[in-house]
Amino acid sequence: MTSRESILNNIKKNIPSSTIELPQTNIAHAIYKDKNEKFKTSLASVGGNAVWLEDGNIDEFVRKNYSNLEIIVSTCKEITCTNRDANKPNTPHALENVDLAIIEAEFGVAENGAVWVKNSNNRHRALYFLATQLLIIVNKNNIVDTMHEAYERIEFNQAGYGTFISGPSKTADIEQSLVIGAHGPTSACVLFV
Amino acid sequence: MKIGLFIPCFMNELYPEASMATLKVLENLGLHVEYPTKQTCCGQPMANTGCAHEAGELAHRFLKIFKNYDYVVAPSGSCVAMVRENYAQFLDGEDGFEHLKTHTYELVEFLHDVVKPIRMNSKFPYKVGIHNSCHGHRELGMASMSERNLPAFSKIEKILSLVDDIEFVTLKRNDECCGFGGTFCVSEDAISVAMGIDRVNDHLNAGAKIITGIDMSCLMHMQGIIDRDKLPIKTMHIAQILAGES
Amino acid sequence: MGHPQLAKKFVANNERMKWHDKAIWFVRKKRDLAVHGLDEWEDLREIAKQIKTHTINKLDFYLEEFEKNAQQKGLHVHWAKDAEEHNEIVLKLLLNRGAKKLVKSKSMLTEECHLNPYLEKNGIKVIDTDLGERIVQLRNEPPSHIVLPAIHLKKEDVGKTFEKFLKTQKGNCDPTYLTRAARNHLRKKFLNADAALTGVNFGIAQTGGIVVCTNEGNADLGVSLAKLHIASMGIEKIIPRLEDLSIFTRLLARSATGQAITSYTSHFHAPIEHGEMHIIIVDNGRSNILQNEDFKQSLHCIRCGACINTCPVYRRSGGHSYGYTIPGPIGSTLGASKDLKANKTLPFACTLCASCSNVCPVKIDLHNQLYKHRQNVVKRGLLGTKKYAILKVATWVMKHPSLFDFSGKMARLIVPKLPRNILYSKVNIWGKKRELPKFPQKSFKELYKQREEKK
Repeated sequence: MTSRESILNNIKKNIPSSTIELPQTNIAHAIYKDKNEKFKTSLASVGGNAVWLEDGNIDEFVRKNYSNLEIIVSTCKEITCTNRDANKPNTPHALENVDLAIIEAEFGVAENGAVWVKNSNNRHRALYFLATQLLIIVNKNNIVDTMHEAYERIEFNQAGYGTFISGPSKTADIEQSLVIGAHGPTSACVLFV
Repeated sequence: MKIGLFIPCFMNELYPEASMATLKVLENLGLHVEYPTKQTCCGQPMANTGCAHEAGELAHRFLKIFKNYDYVVAPSGSCVAMVRENYAQFLDGEDGFEHLKTHTYELVEFLHDVVKPIRMNSKFPYKVGIHNSCHGHRELGMASMSERNLPAFSKIEKILSLVDDIEFVTLKRNDECCGFGGTFCVSEDAISVAMGIDRVNDHLNAGAKIITGIDMSCLMHMQGIIDRDKLPIKTMHIAQILAGES
Repeated sequence: MGHPQLAKKFVANNERMKWHDKAIWFVRKKRDLAVHGLDEWEDLREIAKQIKTHTINKLDFYLEEFEKNAQQKGLHVHWAKDAEEHNEIVLKLLLNRGAKKLVKSKSMLTEECHLNPYLEKNGIKVIDTDLGERIVQLRNEPPSHIVLPAIHLKKEDVGKTFEKFLKTQKGNCDPTYLTRAARNHLRKKFLNADAALTGVNFGIAQTGGIVVCTNEGNADLGVSLAKLHIASMGIEKIIPRLEDLSIFTRLLARSATGQAITSYTSHFHAPIEHGEMHIIIVDNGRSNILQNEDFKQSLHCIRCGACINTCPVYRRSGGHSYGYTIPGPIGSTLGASKDLKANKTLPFACTLCASCSNVCPVKIDLHNQLYKHRQNVVKRGLLGTKKYAILKVATWVMKHPSLFDFSGKMARLIVPKLPRNILYSKVNIWGKKRELPKFPQKSFKELYKQREEKK
């Protein structure tokens, strides 16, 4: 008998013949009057920041706010202020020294300041974690209240990778002192356009 | 209404005043109370130490003694929780158990849920800290728990508020365990004492002169610490406050 | 040594014990703040409980579903019935690809399987990449908490450890400085790793993928650089649907640290380019717990650590006092289920205060489980003959009211007359740090009888 069989057999032997129904997950949940404001405070509380760009000029925003950075890469085609192609290297290790990664997210979640990143245009997911700073572009109409609505917008019919990112990486493993910038980005800005 | 008074074994031996106060509180409200003298122990110490067989024997005894009362009332959340939450294992299906289980009350709970008095005719002009004993708090539901997100309430505070001139203090940890825990108090004495000291200090720092509660066992443990460390605070069973003693 | 002895040692350093209690209570308070701001909290707990109950009762079905869907997406699935087999699978995967350096993110399952020493013995260099885990790894200690592995250490302890191993400045114990030092140290390890291993927070049967939650980004960084991703998953980590995560992600981080969500909630349904992803489904005693109605719910655990943070005993005795991979209430019940004899003191490392059961985001009846484990300790004759004899005699006395009255009377007569050095001798454990109550002259029963006679 393989281990697979022996595990499954032991489970079958030990469980009852019936079970309770699987419940609905879309319960009544928080609805925020001002989703933008809630998103902003949620994100600020985890060390990130949210900006609404009135004129939609991302290049200008980057030039103004990230002027001193050397290596800037982007997964968005419209952005021209980058100086490397993130998809060009054949190994993710080449992205080691990226100073700023400009990436796209599908939507933001007001209750926790997270954004859903599942970008098939991006060759190396390591980019999200190797870059020192992260600038995340989200359509300003795409903010949901809670994770209930968030999961209504997500599917994994095909193989792939997707992640909710909420602020920069952080740790509190030393005496519960919050330190922003653990292994991943040390700053994360969500830009609504 | 025939009420059977259930006095925890150790209270019978060590705390006759608090036990008598319980009787008085009920009688002052015009209730007819009987104390069946054959009662001893509900079996909680055995059950909490895992001695199911022994606890079961005492549970059967308890049922026999108390099954013919309309209500059973005790000045202890812990012993009542034993009857209501843990007797089923030994007595499910036994004649009279369903009634016993649903009609056994802790004193304050009985006042709050059944008798519903509007005054207590007692006065207690002191700052009081309420110790929310765990079994009463989390098993009997005497007050809202800090762990849960449900509307706030406290049956204990509501009943104590009927006492004139009483004042309550606000604790930093409103419902943390004092560390008595039955046989835990000796099998894990180091932790037990550490927890007790923290609880007493919380009340002291909040400015309480008296720590009160519905369980004498927790109060006994904290009083033991207070006496040893000579701290300027004392414990008092809630029945004594309600009976107008001071 | 059992829990009482190890706890005593921890308590002996009063200042540190108090600091430990406060540090963890702080986490509990943060959790309260997050929970009390969410009106639907109790609904979430209830739904989570129902999902887990449903799933655990159909676990074989969902595991097969998971396997099928994972394979369809090109992921490899392995089955390990115990720790040994799990470790062998990991080693084989590494050796077959010539992998020598493994970076690991947090996985209590691999702690349970003692994977690190096994791999090290077989020539693999293993680096734990979670900051807390790296700290305890350098110190050659097990984690003392499942979410906060180094919570038992002060920053000065960490400073000294880093001074020795990472050559940080002498005496510098600023958390930001130390975290940066670890970042630089571990960045190199990430970039040079041949393989990366992660735990699994959730395995989604419907989609055949796994979800890993971290704040540091260490799990993602590891597996997005190395070509080989190995994920170790206990059989109970399965959830039926992707949408179930809407419930669990809302519960997990709030319960664990009071955050609304972890920094990264990553859904893996594919390896990186030219990479491979392997999921090892591990039983290691879990399927045996299923047969026991009393303890089955312990398999609902999502490892948030809330019961640990709320436990007044844990906060004052530290994680290492439990002597089991997972400390606190959930660890005590799991440990007792796994090996009652080895963990016989754990069900008693508890006052039955029930805070754990009420803080638990999936409503596991933790304190009731510990209560029931105690009965099994007695049934198997593990309580200790002295303790059992005392309770046996007490029961006998309690069955005879006249005997009960007589012993009470004798005690009230004799105890007050005893000289202090005898009354508070070594055998009086209560009296070590507590005064005994003042014995009254008469019992309540005597007073009651007197009163009745006067009537």
